[in-house]
Amino acid sequence: MSFQVSLGDAAKEAPKTNAVTKIAIKNLNFFYGSFQGLRNISMEIPERQVTAYIGPSGCGKSTLLRTLNRMYSLYPGQRAEGEIIFNGANVLDPKQDLNALRGQIGMVFQKPTPFPMSIYDNIAFGVKLYEKLSKSDMDDRVEWALKKAALWGEVKDKLSQSGLSLSGGQQQRLCIARGIAVKPEVLLLDEPTSALDPISTARIEELISELRDDYTIVIVTHNMQQAARVSQHTAYMYLGELIEFTPTAEIFVKPKDKRTEDYITGRFG
Amino acid sequence: MTGLSTTHEATSPTTIAAKKSASASSFAFQDALFHRSTQFFALLVLATLAGIIASLFIGSWLTLTQSGPRFFVTDVWDPVRNLYGGMAPLWGTLITATIALVIGVPVSFGIAIFLTEMCPPVLKRPLGTAVELLAAIPSIIYGMWGLFILSPILAELQPSISATLGKLPIIGTIFQGPPMGIGVFTAGLILSIMVIPFIASVMRDVFETTPPILKESAYGLGATTWEVMWNVVLPYTKAGVIGGIMLGLGRALGETMAVTFVIGNAYNISLQLFDAGNSIASSLANEFNEASDPNHLSALITLGLMLFFLSFLVLALSRWMLTSLSKKEGSRT
Repeated sequence: MSFQVSLGDAAKEAPKTNAVTKIAIKNLNFFYGSFQGLRNISMEIPERQVTAYIGPSGCGKSTLLRTLNRMYSLYPGQRAEGEIIFNGANVLDPKQDLNALRGQIGMVFQKPTPFPMSIYDNIAFGVKLYEKLSKSDMDDRVEWALKKAALWGEVKDKLSQSGLSLSGGQQQRLCIARGIAVKPEVLLLDEPTSALDPISTARIEELISELRDDYTIVIVTHNMQQAARVSQHTAYMYLGELIEFTPTAEIFVKPKDKRTEDYITGRFG
Repeated sequence: MTGLSTTHEATSPTTIAAKKSASASSFAFQDALFHRSTQFFALLVLATLAGIIASLFIGSWLTLTQSGPRFFVTDVWDPVRNLYGGMAPLWGTLITATIALVIGVPVSFGIAIFLTEMCPPVLKRPLGTAVELLAAIPSIIYGMWGLFILSPILAELQPSISATLGKLPIIGTIFQGPPMGIGVFTAGLILSIMVIPFIASVMRDVFETTPPILKESAYGLGATTWEVMWNVVLPYTKAGVIGGIMLGLGRALGETMAVTFVIGNAYNISLQLFDAGNSIASSLANEFNEASDPNHLSALITLGLMLFFLSFLVLALSRWMLTSLSKKEGSRT
């Protein structure tokens, strides 16, 4: 019995051929000390679309995501070579202002990570790093971000409660709202639903589909069906290499590479 | 396989069952013995505490009945005229402990931030060990160092501090006093060095318990290291941090030897920090040997009782701070 992946609306929609490249990765190599985590990756991430990275554990998909906002820079011994061109500048340039970069490229993690403060402050925290807003402007921004993340209705009466009081799915939407609130151009989602139940997962996926009109979204997922449901472009990675990067509709229907086909049809992984 | 089965015949199910029932009573006895003995040790702590409180009360009874509450609000301490007031040592204890925390907490916070967030891996161990070793130095060494090395240096510096910071409105007073190098400020400074290893190593340990993913999500928003530490890591670890500070405060309140060396030993309440003063612990250390008069002895024991209750207050204060801080964070219902 062959394995069938059902495509979502995002994938069925013909990928815009005239899409502008938001992030251009050129000959990217990444090292954890002496271990090479990424090998010569080149790809162009299109603007205002969802790009998914799939592949077995340890293939480097999260690593690739973490180079895009230089998250790896926190850890000594991790380094990247090559170029990542974003808004005309090389992200990997040592002179790059990391705080400004991370204001433009937001990130959401595998597990919900609300800060130990109120729901309101969770959203306001990031905004305060970049803007001085009056109380009413901040209220508006918090409401806007929570609405954007489809959480406003559930939390509008308890904004002063701790962010940790929410359920796992709500916490993750809070984290997405927190990321959106600083008005980034790109959202990086690192397996955003891996710690969530199916219903919360469905809500997050719905949210991703809504957000792609305004943001360039890059999502790492362990789950091929998820990639098929939410993305327009899919990259298959294996052992630190980019094997195939095509429109989602193509990769799941007729993969070009034998290794991609083996993974997608469930022969390994 | 056959070899194995022959050895197993010796312990057939019936023999095991028989053995079990035979040893059941002995197991029960062992358990009971274990239960009782650990209970005894735990209760011993309570009994010791009660005993100490009782003997402090008995010892201070003479002073408590004669002076009553006046003891705590008078600052005259005159063994010759048999007049005793505990306010000066109480003041000295509180003010030196405050100085110790005002200097020690920010420095410890800085040490802990550096060790957890910014320190190159090769330096992490040596620096961490060095901080912990500070705690292993006997307090008498701190006292001698304070008296022979630090005080002369401070004596040189104090006139210029008084001439500059001492001229500030309102807070200027605290930077004044006779520039002798010994006094309340020197004692507080020594104490701050003594509490830093405690506070810094507790802070470092609890900062390291913060999940990396939580820190990453703050960095991911573009926060600087300071913003991450102050707004995310510190609230996340507040229970441990307050615990560490209280540990340091406990040491600062009760420290005897080092303080006795440098505080000046004068029964004196003054806002001028360069003045000589006295703390509860140093009064006790200085005078217990010579206290032949029962009134004098009782007054000293009353000071001890005060110190005891001060420690209780510190514990209560830390509990209160924790609950009020978690209220600020928002309820979790």
